[in-house]
Amino acid sequence: MSGAFRVSGRGRVDTARPVSFRFDGRTIRGYEGDTVASALLAQGQHLMGRSFKYHRPRGPISAGSDEPNALIGVGEGARHTPNLRATQVEIHKGLVTVSQNRGPRLNFDVGAINTWLAPLFPAGFYYKTFMWPRGFWDKVYEPVIRRAAGLGKVATAPDPDHYALHYAHCDVLVIGGGPAGLTAALAAGRTGARVILCDETPELGGTLLSDAHSRIDGLSAAEWVAKAGAELKALPNVQVMTRCTAFNYGPHNMVALNQRLTEHLATPDPAMPRERIWQVRAAEVVVTAGALERPLVFEGNDRPGILLATAARTYLNRYGVLPGKCAVIVTADDSAYRVAIELAEAGVRIAAIADLRANPDAPVVAEAKARGIVVLPSTTIQKANGNLRVRSVELAPVADNGRVGKGQRFVCDCVLMAGGFTPSLHIHSQARGTMRFDEVLGVYLPDRSVERLRSAGSCRGLFALQDVLDDGAAAGLAAAKAAGGGDAERPAPRVTDADAPGAGGFAGALPRRGLGSLALAFVDFQNDVTAKDVKLAVREGFQSIEHIKRYTTTGMATDQGKSSNVNALGIASKELGRAPQRVGLTTFRPPYTPVTFGAFAAHARGDQFDPLRLAPADGWARAQGAVFEDVGLWRRARYFPRGGEDMHAAVTRECSAVRTAAGIFDASTLGKIEVVGPDAAEFMNRFYINAWTKLGVGKCRYGLVCRDNGFVYDDGVVGRIAADRFHVTTTTGGAAGVLNMMEDYLQTEWADLDVWLTSITEEWGVIALQGPKAREILAPLVDGMDISAEALPHMGLKEGTIGGVPMRLFRVSFTGEVGFEINVPSGRMGAVWERIWAAGSPHGLTPYGTEAMHVLRAEKGYLIVGQETDGTMTPGDVGCGWAVSKAKPDFIGKRALALPALNAPDRPQMVGLLTDDPRTVLEEGMQLVRAPEAPAPVSADGHVTSSYYSPALGRSIAIAMVKGGRDRMGETLYAPAIDGAAIKVSIVNPVFYDTEGVRVNG
Amino acid sequence: MLLIACPYCGPRAEIEFAYGGEAHIARPGPGVTEEEWAAFLYLRDNTKGVLAERWRHSHGCGRFFNALRDTRTDRILTTYEMGTPRPDIKEGEAA
Repeated sequence: MSGAFRVSGRGRVDTARPVSFRFDGRTIRGYEGDTVASALLAQGQHLMGRSFKYHRPRGPISAGSDEPNALIGVGEGARHTPNLRATQVEIHKGLVTVSQNRGPRLNFDVGAINTWLAPLFPAGFYYKTFMWPRGFWDKVYEPVIRRAAGLGKVATAPDPDHYALHYAHCDVLVIGGGPAGLTAALAAGRTGARVILCDETPELGGTLLSDAHSRIDGLSAAEWVAKAGAELKALPNVQVMTRCTAFNYGPHNMVALNQRLTEHLATPDPAMPRERIWQVRAAEVVVTAGALERPLVFEGNDRPGILLATAARTYLNRYGVLPGKCAVIVTADDSAYRVAIELAEAGVRIAAIADLRANPDAPVVAEAKARGIVVLPSTTIQKANGNLRVRSVELAPVADNGRVGKGQRFVCDCVLMAGGFTPSLHIHSQARGTMRFDEVLGVYLPDRSVERLRSAGSCRGLFALQDVLDDGAAAGLAAAKAAGGGDAERPAPRVTDADAPGAGGFAGALPRRGLGSLALAFVDFQNDVTAKDVKLAVREGFQSIEHIKRYTTTGMATDQGKSSNVNALGIASKELGRAPQRVGLTTFRPPYTPVTFGAFAAHARGDQFDPLRLAPADGWARAQGAVFEDVGLWRRARYFPRGGEDMHAAVTRECSAVRTAAGIFDASTLGKIEVVGPDAAEFMNRFYINAWTKLGVGKCRYGLVCRDNGFVYDDGVVGRIAADRFHVTTTTGGAAGVLNMMEDYLQTEWADLDVWLTSITEEWGVIALQGPKAREILAPLVDGMDISAEALPHMGLKEGTIGGVPMRLFRVSFTGEVGFEINVPSGRMGAVWERIWAAGSPHGLTPYGTEAMHVLRAEKGYLIVGQETDGTMTPGDVGCGWAVSKAKPDFIGKRALALPALNAPDRPQMVGLLTDDPRTVLEEGMQLVRAPEAPAPVSADGHVTSSYYSPALGRSIAIAMVKGGRDRMGETLYAPAIDGAAIKVSIVNPVFYDTEGVRVNG
Repeated sequence: MLLIACPYCGPRAEIEFAYGGEAHIARPGPGVTEEEWAAFLYLRDNTKGVLAERWRHSHGCGRFFNALRDTRTDRILTTYEMGTPRPDIKEGEAA
């Protein structure tokens, strides 16, 4: 047998298949079916980690997902995952694991000095201590605390695995594959309902796999589980998923499951995702989450070797592992007696059972006594001694009046705690379920929920195995019926030989002699919260359990208070002098157990993080060596460097080419919407601030959209294709929003209008051809179309063909030069682009990117919505007051634009700025103030919205929004810099180049 | 994730929809007072209970419609077409 604490004839591990793995560099031998925890315990090693705050040596207290102590790092390099529970990590060949938060070694930790300093680290320690001096926070306190307190380390290399996301629908989702879950799934499955059964462990069965005593239908519990599992797997309408945790219950019965697919395999198929998230929409949910045994709160209760009685039973019956050679059992519940008997049978010496109750009288108690086990009624545990392992305990009698008498020392190497069972309410609570306090059981039980779920079995306070099985079957059948299913034979397994469920249980800190000490009596093991901390919080005035939780951090660790909540409640309740039901329970939040970021991200990573929208000339631009930038989802060419140019040189050259010859630019990302119908003009009149009735067919107009609050929302050129057809353009980023806003008003306010709206952004590719030679280049290419200045003046529009390709030709300019925007079907734009490029090259045609586009428009003082505007600018603020129709009876924004506040003379107004030093380029976002050395706080007169070096002017230029700016031309302002002196600027006209606007009409 | 019954397409997951704020807020004409206009723009009931609200099946049929949702529970009592009056349903009566 592998390990001194392994017993033969017990457990479900496959002793024919030994498995070796590494823990802290040592080779550990176990068997297939072992967890890291069971394999280490088989070697007699309880010490598996160091605690979060005090670096206390810790071992596992549980054998499942409620484990707060035995957190380990698993895997190497980029596959390393920290903070996994050793009680759940299945071993396989080549597995590499490490302990955490220890320095330098697990059995020698210099940080453990924190234990001796524990009296100095009370609840609220951080709030109280690290207030002063202020400068120490980020330089001293935080780095030191971060290093001293903590859990595992995350991998920093990119995750080499892939993860999947799946949606699923079912009639009945059963959460938990223990006894109630099995009968629930069987009952629902037999009706033909679509059933999903998930369980977080590798095997169905739950507590039945640890139960070597009960018999069901004449079979051992494990044999019955195998039979039930086989029936479920044979049902085509039932999907069973193990290693699959329901971690979040969302609205309308949308439950998220996290399935771990490869972690337990030595050589997983690389095509398999490592984990999968299931988003299950279930008509009905049955929660069979079971109950968790509570630890007991006493001095030194966190020593390695102290664990829950049920955990010891699981290690024995599921893994064939003994928790030690000599055990003391401290109990408030009958169930621990069965554990004592089974351990004694397996060769463990039971030093004593200390029962907190005065008269334990269940049959199993008598059975234990008959075996010669010493039972001490009315006895508490005063203290556990030892350091890296418990060595002895002090047990003391509790008198009727509650006084604790003199203690007696018992030597042992393990202590089993049995504080009673807490129904697992996490999933019910996530489903916004209310809870009610059960006076008899002394715990909270699920009450109502707004969701379609029902709890069954021990998670709703039923503890007799027969009751649990029956309750599961009833819930499964009821759920299937509620989901519209028919009737079927209900599973009715008969339980024999089971122990009666224990009455009892304890919540809070155990009674102790005199004042005792609770400084190292842990309530929340994972967050190192002690009974003293909870008491202190109450003494300091915290009344609400939610506040006590946040102040002490009890229940806030990754285990979400699985083992600690009820004990914390017990202590707070006693300290507050209020019954537990009047104190209440904190809300359990998702996830039930931690979920990796990889699983959440699933496929949405790297180039699949977001869809990438490519403009039609993207391939051409790449071939030209363009540098790209992301604009929303679009990838756009930012500039086209030639021969090692930097951005400044490239942009200067591109701008000069547009001003002196011609430039070509892919403007396809512009949003485009076709507004069609008999009432199209009326719709446009109501939607835009401008008037459209008089816009002739074959003409364009600059249009501005406001919200009903009067602030600019979007802009763009609109062409009238026909009396009943407008070709609307929007900003690149505003396309979807404008269409949604159009649909909103059309569908909900103006149902009287006969208009159709169609997004045509993807249909039309747009080539912007700009510059004094643009017409000369284009004229020979447009089939029989006269594009002379007379035939197609600025803001004119013609339909025709270009090399046989249908075209909507807009004469518009965002550069101030003669400009054309050639709209052709996107799929054919590449060919048209190539023809223009070939025809233009002799004329010096130059491709330009978004950077030059920005500079060229800034030189002309053209605004960009979202750059000059920020959702609080009116058309008048940005110099577009002229566009606001006075004649229209109504339009979006009309009423608001009449408000006095939106017409105040000190509104921010768009102006130009010139720095004293022509080489200084301001930072966009800089604030503008009146005096260079004004003491803070000082209110700003405005801020810089656009700033560039202008090749046309040979100096820097900027656009700003300045209070009352249009009446302050020539005034001096200062832009305080983060480093260095404030920069002196003067207010000027925002049109820096070709102020009269001659060139655009050329 | 909510399950929302589009009156035109049937039940669909929430990711197909865009929220449209409180329903039945009539847009006044330009002749109203400043107070009335401000109320139209900004004043909302912030209901704890059954709220009539607008949704758009933006990644589906594109239509706007109204829903009655209990803001305490997220339960959707009914959905109905734009332009029809608010159904007289209280929490507990819904199908």
